[in-house]
Amino acid sequence: MDTVPATGLLAATWLLIALPLAGAAVLLLGGRRTDRWGHLLAIGTVTAAFVLAVLSTVELAGLDERSVSVDLFTFVSTGQLDVSAGLLVDPLSMTFALLITGVGALIHVYSVGYMAHDPGRRRFFAYLNLFVAAMLLLVLGNSFVALYVGWEGVGLASYLLIAFWYTRPAAATAAKKAFVMNRVGDVGLALAIFLMFTQLGTTSYEGVLGSAGLLAGGTVTAIGLLLLLGACGKSGQFPLQAWLPDAMEGPTPVSALIHAATMVTAGVYLIARSAPLFDAAPAAQTVVVVIGAVTIMIGAVAGCAYDDIKKVLAWSTVSQIGYMFLAVGLGPVGYAAGIAHLLTHGFFKAGLFLGAGSVMHGMGDRTDMRRFGGLATTMKTTFVTFGLGYLALIGFPFLSGYWTKDAIIEAAFDRGGASGWVLGGVAVLGAGLTAFYMTRLVLLTFFGEPRWEDGVHPHESPAVMTLPMVVLAVGSVAAGFLLVEAFPLADWLAPVFGEPEEAAAHAIPPLAVSVLVTVVVALGVLAAWLLVGRREVPTTAPVRVSAPVRAARAGLYADAVNEAVFMRPGMRLVRALRIVDDKGVDGVVNGIGAGLGGSSARLGRAQTGFVRSYALGMLGGAVLVAGALLAVTAG
Amino acid sequence: MSDVPWLLTMIVVPAVGGAAVAALPKGRDALAKQAALAVSLLVLVLAVLATVAFDTGGERFQLTTAVDWIPAFGVQFALGVDGIALVMLLLIGVLVPVVVVASWRDTGPGGRSMKAYFAWLLVLESMMVGVFAATDVFLFYVFFEAMLVPMYFIIGSFGGPRRQYAAVKFFLYSLLGGLVMLASVIGLYVVSNSQIGEGTFAFDALRQLDIDPGVQKLLFLGFFVAFAIKAPLVPFHTWLPDSGAEAPVGGAVLLVGVLDKVGTFGFIRYCLPLFPDASRTFAPWILGLAVAGILYGALLAMGQSDMKRLVTYTSIAHFGFIALGIFAFTAEGGSGAVLYMVNHGISTGILFLVVGMVITRGGSRSIADYGGIGKKAPVLAGVFLVAGLSSLALPGTNSFVSEFLVLLGSFPTRPVFTIVATVGIVLAALYVLLLIQRAVHGPARGKVTDTAFPDLRRREMVVVAPLLALVIGLGVYPQPLLDLINPAVAATMGDIGSDPAGTQPATAEQGAN
Repeated sequence: MDTVPATGLLAATWLLIALPLAGAAVLLLGGRRTDRWGHLLAIGTVTAAFVLAVLSTVELAGLDERSVSVDLFTFVSTGQLDVSAGLLVDPLSMTFALLITGVGALIHVYSVGYMAHDPGRRRFFAYLNLFVAAMLLLVLGNSFVALYVGWEGVGLASYLLIAFWYTRPAAATAAKKAFVMNRVGDVGLALAIFLMFTQLGTTSYEGVLGSAGLLAGGTVTAIGLLLLLGACGKSGQFPLQAWLPDAMEGPTPVSALIHAATMVTAGVYLIARSAPLFDAAPAAQTVVVVIGAVTIMIGAVAGCAYDDIKKVLAWSTVSQIGYMFLAVGLGPVGYAAGIAHLLTHGFFKAGLFLGAGSVMHGMGDRTDMRRFGGLATTMKTTFVTFGLGYLALIGFPFLSGYWTKDAIIEAAFDRGGASGWVLGGVAVLGAGLTAFYMTRLVLLTFFGEPRWEDGVHPHESPAVMTLPMVVLAVGSVAAGFLLVEAFPLADWLAPVFGEPEEAAAHAIPPLAVSVLVTVVVALGVLAAWLLVGRREVPTTAPVRVSAPVRAARAGLYADAVNEAVFMRPGMRLVRALRIVDDKGVDGVVNGIGAGLGGSSARLGRAQTGFVRSYALGMLGGAVLVAGALLAVTAG
Repeated sequence: MSDVPWLLTMIVVPAVGGAAVAALPKGRDALAKQAALAVSLLVLVLAVLATVAFDTGGERFQLTTAVDWIPAFGVQFALGVDGIALVMLLLIGVLVPVVVVASWRDTGPGGRSMKAYFAWLLVLESMMVGVFAATDVFLFYVFFEAMLVPMYFIIGSFGGPRRQYAAVKFFLYSLLGGLVMLASVIGLYVVSNSQIGEGTFAFDALRQLDIDPGVQKLLFLGFFVAFAIKAPLVPFHTWLPDSGAEAPVGGAVLLVGVLDKVGTFGFIRYCLPLFPDASRTFAPWILGLAVAGILYGALLAMGQSDMKRLVTYTSIAHFGFIALGIFAFTAEGGSGAVLYMVNHGISTGILFLVVGMVITRGGSRSIADYGGIGKKAPVLAGVFLVAGLSSLALPGTNSFVSEFLVLLGSFPTRPVFTIVATVGIVLAALYVLLLIQRAVHGPARGKVTDTAFPDLRRREMVVVAPLLALVIGLGVYPQPLLDLINPAVAATMGDIGSDPAGTQPATAEQGAN
């Protein structure tokens, strides 16, 4: 990877980060004075960043050497460590920049309508801008340290936005949980960076990725696994997935932007960016694909059991990111496929969340699908755009998901051997479950008899909300074809991942994979129709259910395990340590003190008034001791 | 400009100022505050000018002044700073005026006049400058002990309900450590007497001694115990939660922010260069205490119900990080540790101040008495959050740079200790966010609804603004401070025998095989 210094417009790409950051600063520091126009400024900065990203991408595409560095200033230089604050502008980072600013701008616009009546609107837009800035730093930074700064920065934005309605205890708890579980992953990312520095003396992409081949096998595997831990935290992958569904406590535009389209895909970015390290560590890659496959199933199974529309979409996100992990874990055949699915998922999942938000908006902020029903006629635009997103997600032929998910399933089979069959099988099964839970969601929400609570009057959302949904729906339909067939993403990303290579021999012919997936998806849809669509839906969830359903409703007991293994023993440890510290350590000290003082009575007296003379006496004594010792030694 | 005796001026000005404030007639409290503020701002200006006069590429010790003090024993009143001491002087310069303004409306227990409080603050400032600027070990010891007196009165006369118990505990504990150190100081004198032919306490001369390893160990332990009490390492820490909780908030800021740093400063200034063999021998044990402190302090912070005690326990965890960076013997770890000393002063300072503002409003130190501050006082809540984020070392804040450097610098030589310490960053997130969740989030309740609980006042904004600016400024652009610190740390690592250029990466050769 040869990187050339930036010229022209590309030298100004730091503005991508600076613009939304400045927006956040103005809104946060300006206080109530900015209440009236703050959201417009926020939209303006993100839109400007999007325009700049488009122009920069065009300029980058015109270069022979599509890897450009922007050096800003020396961040930290001490000893051997030299971290410059700088950006790496290449096809991968600009692809993400376009997604972040593009979808980000749409969701900013949508939020004007969604948050119109919220007294904290200015704060909301400030946090959104802060998020965009941090996310752009994450993907544009030129070193693992810069990535780490952006990485924890988006974690902060996520925390602030999940806790946006912080007077609700559930929101406050969910925000803390998200941050702490992310930090568990961050420990892995940090240790990976320390290990890189120890071995190579640098943390820059250029230095580390260029020397990946020089590292010993065990070392590079360790780095890969530690990076993976970080990726799992941020992307809600097993075993750190439990925070993501809870994160739905945040306002729905946040779920769309941060907890579906962009931030939670950062783990995929990290692995793709570190491709040379993972390519040198097959064992770590195997763990990546296993985590991906396991998470596909966890997300899909849990998604079938929830009645909260946002939680189903959240579990779906967990599951879909599992596909992306599976893809990038497959190595060079999968990187572009994983990123392509990430992009199309960004479109249709953001659209689905915005649609869910529109439904909630019309239903007085309710999320229980058992009290929805029949909304197809009252919310037509929402229904159509949501429907297109739904079809794209389940992989309806020739819509986005069909292209990008099938490519991943194909690559999984092509891995060959037993593992190829297992991974491919899991991916196909996941597609079927996805079709089931999404069809169930659509049936419960838009079809059947209305099961609305009293006083609910569903209505279509204003244009400022539906327009972004329409744009995303168009993307949901077309993005897959554009990225896979018309302008293959793999070619655009070739400077990063190498020229795309056709698999020498397919385990199963691509057409057969396509047919197989489509049949399984159709079965999933049919099953949902048989179990949900044909029957009357009870307005409260049945209580007497089988063990698998109970497990799925409990998110496969991830929370229960965390509580039993970490939280409760941890709390007991804290209580025990408090007793040790107060009675044990401090008790010994006070005991010695009392002993030295002759009796505890004297220490008691010291506390009740004679203290000054006592203490000054001690100081006087010390001076005498000093003098005496000096006299002895010098004499 | 380097001919001006900057350091001597910085000791004399607050000392004289303190005496003048103390001499003011009764009832002139307002004038006492104004005078204290003026003097402390003057010291800040002096600290900045001294930094300008300091040449980062020059001699290790600059701005030196030396006069014979007790010629019979070779004791000199010798002052001078390297980059490490200089950044501490800057920290003192910033924190004291902030503390003066923060204490503006404080009232003494039982309506006691606050005049003496401001006088003691200035005297304390003078002693603190002295302890960092001394280049004569005996002079250092004198300042080390003398510094206890003003802090003793600040806690004992102006603190919370158990102030006298806390003050005595603080005093006796520190004095005990100091006396053990004194024995080692005299031991050094004896060794120098036999090696150079004349006894000396001059740091630069002592640094060149070649001390027998057995003797080194004993002398090292004398210094170490004093410093491990001061920057409390577990299990020498139990005085700190009492002192920090009972001290008035301004005093607590200086106690934890600056005074305790004398301990970690002592590790890197005295323990490593004077006793390199002993430092290496004891390093694994000290690293064990450091890492234990990181986890122990963090877990206990989570278990506290008193906000001020919570902050002191977080500091115990932070001191563990600093000790880890120092005793890993790498340039990156050492520079990170020194930067950590500054950053911790800033971030714990602002956290203590915010907690103090909450306590002033609600009249209780118990976390359980609060909830939903965010609704009632959003600006205060925002500052609370930023202070907490700095405490948990979030990137973008000052503390991140130092904590990351400490860990990154310690990993090459001490991977196991570093891995355990890195787990501490999860615990830090927990103790900070639990506090935020309990006090700031949720519906408004307890003291937040029972009292007026106004948002930040203008004076309080003046207090937090400079610290917030430093939190962000040093988080984004820490290099100017590192430029000051790096040469002194490199010299220290040279003394200990570690490669001053930094860690030697195992690099390519091994991997290429």
